[in-house]
Amino acid sequence: MAEKTPTQAQTTGHVWDDDLQEFNNPLPVWWTYTFYVTIVFALVYWVVYPSWPIGKSFLPGVNTITYKNAAGQEESWHWNTRSKLLMETQAAAVAQKPYFDKLAALPYDKIAKDPELSSFVVSAGKVVFSENCAACHQAGGQGKVGFFPNLTDDDWIYGGSPEKINETITKGRHGYMPPFSDALSGAQIDELAHYVASLSGLKADAAKVAKGKELFHSHVAACYYCHNDDAKGRKDIGSANLTDKVWLWADVPGAADDAGKIAAIRKVIVGGLDKGVMPSWQGRLSEQQIKLLTVYVHELGGGK
Amino acid sequence: MSFKHENVETNAGVLLVLTMIAISVGGMVEIAPLFFIKDTTENVAGVRPYTPLESRGRDIYVREGCYTCHSQMIRPFRDEQLRYGHYSLAAESKYDHPFQWGSKRTGPDLARVGAKYSNEWHVQHLLKPTSVVPESVMPNYPWLLSTKLDISDIGDRMRALRITGVPYSANQEEYEHNVKQFGEAVAKTLVIADAQKNLVAQATDGNYDGDRGSVSEMDALVAYLQVLGTMVDFSKIKPEELVKFR
Repeated sequence: MAEKTPTQAQTTGHVWDDDLQEFNNPLPVWWTYTFYVTIVFALVYWVVYPSWPIGKSFLPGVNTITYKNAAGQEESWHWNTRSKLLMETQAAAVAQKPYFDKLAALPYDKIAKDPELSSFVVSAGKVVFSENCAACHQAGGQGKVGFFPNLTDDDWIYGGSPEKINETITKGRHGYMPPFSDALSGAQIDELAHYVASLSGLKADAAKVAKGKELFHSHVAACYYCHNDDAKGRKDIGSANLTDKVWLWADVPGAADDAGKIAAIRKVIVGGLDKGVMPSWQGRLSEQQIKLLTVYVHELGGGK
Repeated sequence: MSFKHENVETNAGVLLVLTMIAISVGGMVEIAPLFFIKDTTENVAGVRPYTPLESRGRDIYVREGCYTCHSQMIRPFRDEQLRYGHYSLAAESKYDHPFQWGSKRTGPDLARVGAKYSNEWHVQHLLKPTSVVPESVMPNYPWLLSTKLDISDIGDRMRALRITGVPYSANQEEYEHNVKQFGEAVAKTLVIADAQKNLVAQATDGNYDGDRGSVSEMDALVAYLQVLGTMVDFSKIKPEELVKFR
């Protein structure tokens, strides 16, 4: 192998394995100057933005953020992300104010008749609904049998008027039905299940239906106490209407055959319900947002 | 020996010492003052240590690696505020050891998930996330509901946290101090000696997993999730108050 001539470059003087040397070239000029620029940048940054700690405080920097607050007064803070957020929130609130003011001022029946406001409700309401409501009631509001009520049909557990929807969102709800496994015999529960099935036109044993009907209105089972004599439920306490074809707790739509449908109804009577909890949104959402959602949910399909 | 560049670079011992000094200066300037600047942790009412049940839930949160996909840190940006709620305060994680802020969001931030959904939703979602959120990529955690919560060592766990500065009370004096700071109801949940009793009582009353009969890991985890971000009542704090702290 031909012997290499030493290069002109400086070396550190270290030599390994006879001819392995370490270069000691100066840094590239562009690199060196960039490095100096970063130092100057840091100095400027220290002056402008919050930086050095001093004792029990810190340098806030000379940069400020100024904006008009909700009361229209001018506020000014040293630059920081929290005040920047306040400024941006305020700017957005000002832009949305005409719509929210109109929404707050108009009664529910007039909102739907205002096309501009309606389109605001649809677009802004969808965003709020998607983030807060869709986890349970699903993206389109169709709900989930056995868990969360459908908001697109015209069956309302607690009432489908805008006022009631608003109350439901604001205060939240908690469904309850006592378990009847101890109070009633297996045969009695079976008879009741057949009666409840018959109420919504499902196939049921006529003899059991007759006995179940009697039980329903008796003091033994006392179903009528919550579900009313006509079995249409009471919206003030959220007891279900048993006469329509809408099912929430008993998974009747998911049952394979008639026996399965009866079994699904039985299951609810046996175990009762200690669920159907809707959280209260007061506090998490503003009054404006709740009114927006009320109109949005009302417009989903089944509002009364 | 002169401190020429070459001398430092060719002398590993000197290089090591000087590097350590340089890093220490950085640490002293950037980290140490935070322990002394009074405003680092905001003085807000309501923040309390976790109850025994919530604390065990937090252990399960860590065990299952929830933090690898979920952060607990809402940054002060408008988009985050709109989606998750008020930005997180340092004070809100002052009893978290270690804190669960995280920086990876495969799933949403959980800093304010408490009280947002019902217990039922959480149970169903943990058992099979796609059953309530069809587009979810979160795995199923079915064993949480079927595994009984181990509460035998809850006292030791609280004693360990007490060493790090969480005010769980080991004697009457500490209890009375907690009564003054948090009120009687909260102070009672912080008594180490009553931990097992308190844990079972909270799980039974709260009915987190839909079964009041036994205390499952689901009870603990849902209890923990339901308290996240709910301790501070922001309706009582002016937003301008918090700006001063930064």
